[in-house]
Amino acid sequence: MKSGSNLERVLQSGNFAVTGELGPPKSADPEVIRKKAGILKGHVDAANITDNQTAVVRLSSIAAGAIVMPLAVEPIIQMTCRDRNRIAIQSDLLGAAALGMKNLLCLTGDHQKFGNHPQSKGVFDLDSINLLKMVRDMRDEKKFQCGDEITGKEPRLFVGAAENPFADPFEFRALRLGKKIAAGADFIQTQLVYNVPKFAKWMEMVRELGLHEKCKILAGVGPIKSLGAARYMATKVPGLDVPDEIVARLKGAENVKAEGIKLCIDIIQQVREIKGVAGVHIMAIEWEEAVPEIAEGAGLLPRPQIAASEANMVAAE
Amino acid sequence: MIIAEQKPLKEIREMIAPYKKVLVVGCGTCVTVCLSGGEKEVGVLASTLRLADAVDGNEREFVEQTITRQCEDEFIEQLRGNVEKVDAVLSLGCGVGVQDIAAIFPEIPVLPGLNTTSFGRPSEQGVWVEECAGCGDCILDETGGICPIARCAKNLLNGPCGGSHGGKCEISDDTPCAWALVYERLGRLGKLKTLEEIKPAKNWSTAGHGGPRKMVREDLRK
Repeated sequence: MKSGSNLERVLQSGNFAVTGELGPPKSADPEVIRKKAGILKGHVDAANITDNQTAVVRLSSIAAGAIVMPLAVEPIIQMTCRDRNRIAIQSDLLGAAALGMKNLLCLTGDHQKFGNHPQSKGVFDLDSINLLKMVRDMRDEKKFQCGDEITGKEPRLFVGAAENPFADPFEFRALRLGKKIAAGADFIQTQLVYNVPKFAKWMEMVRELGLHEKCKILAGVGPIKSLGAARYMATKVPGLDVPDEIVARLKGAENVKAEGIKLCIDIIQQVREIKGVAGVHIMAIEWEEAVPEIAEGAGLLPRPQIAASEANMVAAE
Repeated sequence: MIIAEQKPLKEIREMIAPYKKVLVVGCGTCVTVCLSGGEKEVGVLASTLRLADAVDGNEREFVEQTITRQCEDEFIEQLRGNVEKVDAVLSLGCGVGVQDIAAIFPEIPVLPGLNTTSFGRPSEQGVWVEECAGCGDCILDETGGICPIARCAKNLLNGPCGGSHGGKCEISDDTPCAWALVYERLGRLGKLKTLEEIKPAKNWSTAGHGGPRKMVREDLRK
């Protein structure tokens, strides 16, 4: 076991994993986090705690992780390269591990231009690939990025990364995933999948490189709340691929929210059939209430309880 | 070349407001080529400022002079005669020029008429783009002659990120994705395989993060 986290145990035991997402508030109010955790509890194996998503200031990911842990929601701490240099990141990771956190998602981060402090200095000391390598080396080599030895307890984190199968150049995307795995990614959460055939094509390239055997790949999925949101995602969000038929399906629906959830369930069932997909990452930011319904509808409940010994046994086989 | 653009007229007028006689100094090198601070721009700016003062009823005199380079002491010395006759200098040089004039004439205020933006080149008529960040550790041999430090919004060494779409950067459709360009160029050179290697974390100490940079050539020192 890399970290022995619940997420790692579920994936190692061969179960189809489910992760969710919890966005901390733009305030110091822990109740917002507790409420969202209450919704996700029992419906996901672990939940990403976003790190100032879209470059908007929010309560810190690690602090929010500490709040959800006693509520039986396992955090996946998100860490971007936008706001911290290698010194700050390593310091925060030691802190997160000391607080008992066991999963980390390494991201480059959305550009600060998109957030509420567009005049801020973007750090980008490392990129996501060098971040992955740094975290892996801290765990497996007991070394800081500079090469100094970690003389005491090293941070043991199950390390994830994101990849966008729909970004350009398409033919380089699986190779870039390979770089992330070579740098240390134990699991991958993809960008939201709405174009399933294109995702399947990407997975084919991933399998050709044998990457699905080196790393657990979770397909990103998410319910669409409104027709406006669908149109916005289809036309305005770089890196998202929302085909016309998805927009048309929501347009034809009497109850768009219900159809959005149904669509998400359909996509989960389709990606589950693709060889090499080890789970789904349900992104329902500011619509956490949809997650239990989606997990239930997609037949993903109840979530498995895997003891560390059991996961080890399956992994050994 | 060094790219610089003229400050808004309002800002320049506020800067010179306390002074009665201003020397507007052009530079014959980079800012002449990027049409921001050459002899011609000095003339246009001085005329505009005279006109604006006339409209507002201000009494202010402008003297114009353009030197070959504002970043070398011997050319700056040529300003001495005019500097002695004015009570402020408005430099249309880059930030180096402003500082060098101020160093040589410490008794007189030297004001910046330009905002210095980058190292770049004209990409088309009327457009100048940044292409070098002066990071002190060039990797253009590895990236097909396209600099991701200057031209990728996130300075990625292992791009392109998930925001690359149709050759454009996620921050703006007007910004080409540097890594899409690298990918295309390395493809042409038959070197795509090199992109599968992980480029290690950058040493930023040469990029100004190690303090102000200085080049010393012992063989040339007296």
